[in-house]
Amino acid sequence: MKWSEFFVTGEPLIYAADVAIVLTIIGIVFVLTYFKKWKWLWNEWLTTVDHKKIGVMYIICAVLMLFRGGVDALLMRAQLTAPNMKFLDAQHYNEIFTTHGTIMILFMAMPFIIGLMNIVVPLQIGARDVAFPYLNALSFWLFFFGAMLFNISFVIGGSPDAGWTAYFPLAGNEFSHGVGNNYYAVALQISGIGTLMTGINFLVTILKMRAPGMTLMRMPMFTWTILITCVLIIFAFPVLTVALALMTFDRLFDTQFFTMANGGMSMLWANLFWIWGHPEVYIVILPAFGIFSEVVSTFAQKRLFGYKAMVGSIVGIAFLSFIVWVHHFFTMGAGPAVNSAFSITTMAIAIPTGVKIFNWLFTLRKGKIRFTTAMLWSLAFIPNFVIGGVTGVMLAMAAADYQYHNSYFLIAHFHYVLIAGTVFACFAGLHYWYPKMFGHILNERLGKWTFWLFMIGFNICFFPMYFLGLMGMTRRMYTYSAGLGWTPLNVVATVGAVLMGIGFIVLCYNIYYSARYGERDMTGDPWNGRTLEWATASPPVHYNFPVTPVVEDVDAYWVMKKKYGGFHVKEEDLKPIHMPSNSGRPFWMSVAFFVAGFGLVFKWFALAIVGALFIVIGLILRSFEDDDGYHIPVDEIKRMERAARKGA
Amino acid sequence: MIEQFVTNVLLIYELLRVLVSNIFNFDMVENKQRNIGWKTPWISGTDKGGYRAMKQAIWRVMLALPFLLLLGGCVERTAVLNPQGPVARMQYDLIMWSVGFMLFIIVVVFTLFAVFLIRYREKPENAGYEPPDEEGNTLLEVVWTAIPILIVAALAVPTVKATFALEKPPTENVKPITIHVTAANWKWIFSYPEENIETVNYVHIPAGVPVKFKLTSVGPMNSFWVPELGGQKYAMDGMETELILQADKPGSYMGRSANFSGEKFAHMEFEVVAQTGTDFRKWINEVKQTAPKLDEEKYTQILKPGLVGRMTFSNTHLQWIDHAKQNSHHGDGKPMKNDDQHDETMTNGHHHGE
Repeated sequence: MKWSEFFVTGEPLIYAADVAIVLTIIGIVFVLTYFKKWKWLWNEWLTTVDHKKIGVMYIICAVLMLFRGGVDALLMRAQLTAPNMKFLDAQHYNEIFTTHGTIMILFMAMPFIIGLMNIVVPLQIGARDVAFPYLNALSFWLFFFGAMLFNISFVIGGSPDAGWTAYFPLAGNEFSHGVGNNYYAVALQISGIGTLMTGINFLVTILKMRAPGMTLMRMPMFTWTILITCVLIIFAFPVLTVALALMTFDRLFDTQFFTMANGGMSMLWANLFWIWGHPEVYIVILPAFGIFSEVVSTFAQKRLFGYKAMVGSIVGIAFLSFIVWVHHFFTMGAGPAVNSAFSITTMAIAIPTGVKIFNWLFTLRKGKIRFTTAMLWSLAFIPNFVIGGVTGVMLAMAAADYQYHNSYFLIAHFHYVLIAGTVFACFAGLHYWYPKMFGHILNERLGKWTFWLFMIGFNICFFPMYFLGLMGMTRRMYTYSAGLGWTPLNVVATVGAVLMGIGFIVLCYNIYYSARYGERDMTGDPWNGRTLEWATASPPVHYNFPVTPVVEDVDAYWVMKKKYGGFHVKEEDLKPIHMPSNSGRPFWMSVAFFVAGFGLVFKWFALAIVGALFIVIGLILRSFEDDDGYHIPVDEIKRMERAARKGA
Repeated sequence: MIEQFVTNVLLIYELLRVLVSNIFNFDMVENKQRNIGWKTPWISGTDKGGYRAMKQAIWRVMLALPFLLLLGGCVERTAVLNPQGPVARMQYDLIMWSVGFMLFIIVVVFTLFAVFLIRYREKPENAGYEPPDEEGNTLLEVVWTAIPILIVAALAVPTVKATFALEKPPTENVKPITIHVTAANWKWIFSYPEENIETVNYVHIPAGVPVKFKLTSVGPMNSFWVPELGGQKYAMDGMETELILQADKPGSYMGRSANFSGEKFAHMEFEVVAQTGTDFRKWINEVKQTAPKLDEEKYTQILKPGLVGRMTFSNTHLQWIDHAKQNSHHGDGKPMKNDDQHDETMTNGHHHGE
């Protein structure tokens, strides 16, 4: 590594980004200093172990990453609008589609989902925090610094360029000489550790900390999907951890796990990657199903249809998700018997998914449907996801897949399931739980503008891609020649992408607008909700529930409202509340991870060792720490409850 | 060409027109939401027409899109839907079989969706309506579990049949020919072991004869895809995969790599020229007589990362190296002289015609 190669040079776009980054940092530092907010930032956010604040930080990061990944997408669409465009060169395009994929899946979809689950799950099960609040903070900061490490690659050292799948031997030292793929291996590793810990944390939280009376079969559907997602995380992420570790060894220490020479086996990487990668797509889609279940049931004003079948189908989908990974490479020549077996398991996923679709439809039947923004996203999910789903079944048919594989047909399919599934769910969840997070409602009018712009743009962007695929256009092409007849559909797709971008801008404006002028939610229950999170104030006091609620049925809060007219707390029932202490250690330990990771990326092992030392010191300090948290006295609770109910 | 252009322009215009008119017709009106106690001041009136008009417009776009695509004259360019050989046709038939079922599912779901949304929306008339507290319906749930199972079965059987059938030559009474395909950064090398000739970035095949393409790669994985003749398969370093294709009649078919393999991957195109038996023989003889010999030095040069044009040689690189044998070379893509390998290749039944 020469010093002259340290900063990425030669691209006007990169220089613009450099300037923007420096200005943003100066701006943030200035604002924090000018308003004397450094202490506030440290005490309220950087050291917090409150699941709600951690959730909010996850979502802020996710929205920023959605911006980054979205800009990547628009750059790609600009380059592909017309044949033989010179907007991006091949190398730049390759880096952009690699970071687009990696960021959208791992640094946008994952944190958005994890952010929502952080905010909602403890509230839904009537808990005061997660099982391991300190670990939760560490999870977040590991994710955050992993994401930052990945993101600086485009100005320092160069971005990875071997696709988000990083197939070997292309991603190995033999063909990728720069530090780009080191960033991929190390940054994903750091944030992956955070995700794995989140999985463990929420599994324990859901299994051990439910309110009295909430049996497993009385849990809200979102909590159910998170429980199963945690199981998926716990089984799938160690595979990624191992695969990335082997990749790191190959890249940094010239081991030969996936190389071409000396007995390395590149197909091993593809298998390991997808043994993690396929469950991973269910890790981001199952919580989406949970969000839709909550929103559809709330705004159809009706109990979720077929609760048991819904639970059964999530478990079924989770099980099947581990035995379908070969469908990502039917074309590798594993033989007709193997391909047939994986074809059938893949198609079988359509069965539980179909059950869920019909259960949502029949939740709507006989309901009284209110078309709020959150509901619009959830309703739009059904037809759009079905288009993605049926084309998924078509892709699952091995013999036919030979014609779809790696073409734009595939691109269209997975954007139809990931956007109509996960992204629509994130937006639905954001609008739905926004009052719970911030105490005010996102403006409905602007929300509907976002919805229509984004949803229509999405269809205009991705529907033509099915046809581009059938016309022979393959993914990851940075350009194409004029005579192929692909131009009109590519123009259409770009128009759609621009509409989606405008939709995103309206969303951001809405966040600003609603913060200033948005309607405050004084009731804590703006949507006439059904689950326990609506029994708290908006936003909830940091201990969530002054006394633990008792659950009598599914839709616990709905039953409370019917039977008792709400969730009432008698002051004589109050007892001191035990809460965990804040800690700055998760933050600085994650900084140490970042430093160590940065050292590894550039093979500056001295720096890596320094970082690792601080990580070990952090672990030792934590091991000998004697902090059992603190108790909030009853008088303090009374005061806070009155303030919250008055509307803070 | 001009006709094509005009239809394309019309297509884009139509889409934009529908889109823009939708956005501006939509007046963002929603129902009064009496029972939730909050209301934003700029939401006025109780007009429900806005939604309906919007929804109809969206359906129009969704329904019109495929037809517009067809009008755009895309069908003859839609390679996968334009099969030119028995392999592609088998896959085409399978695709069309599945499309039928998928359209059925879409129609059922979309119809239920539309009916429920229209019937059960909150209206001023049903303000006092309390939705029933129903848990589910076992019979209905059995029905919508059973139907997908039947559909999956109806798709699985032909899929498995076709997946096995694609491993065998589609025509049994014609002797297949074998062509070795080597993908390298970023070109395709075709070796005819029986004829002892080699081409780069184009390949001639006889029409009506099954062709066994034996695929391998020097370096990153590529995927060998000629959509009009049939589906793809990966070409991998140190591996050999086999893909059987066949063209019905003489013609030219576009092929490309479908798996990203680095910087200039987008340019990894090749042409498949299908000829009558006699023309094919004539071409072979011509190559044998006129094309230069390939030597190792020249071959090493071809393998260097970069783009090359079409080339033709009157011998093959298989004489000194077959990349399909595991670890046949160093990591830098430089071929290694290995006589053992040469012998092994010979005993494997590849004839070099020397």
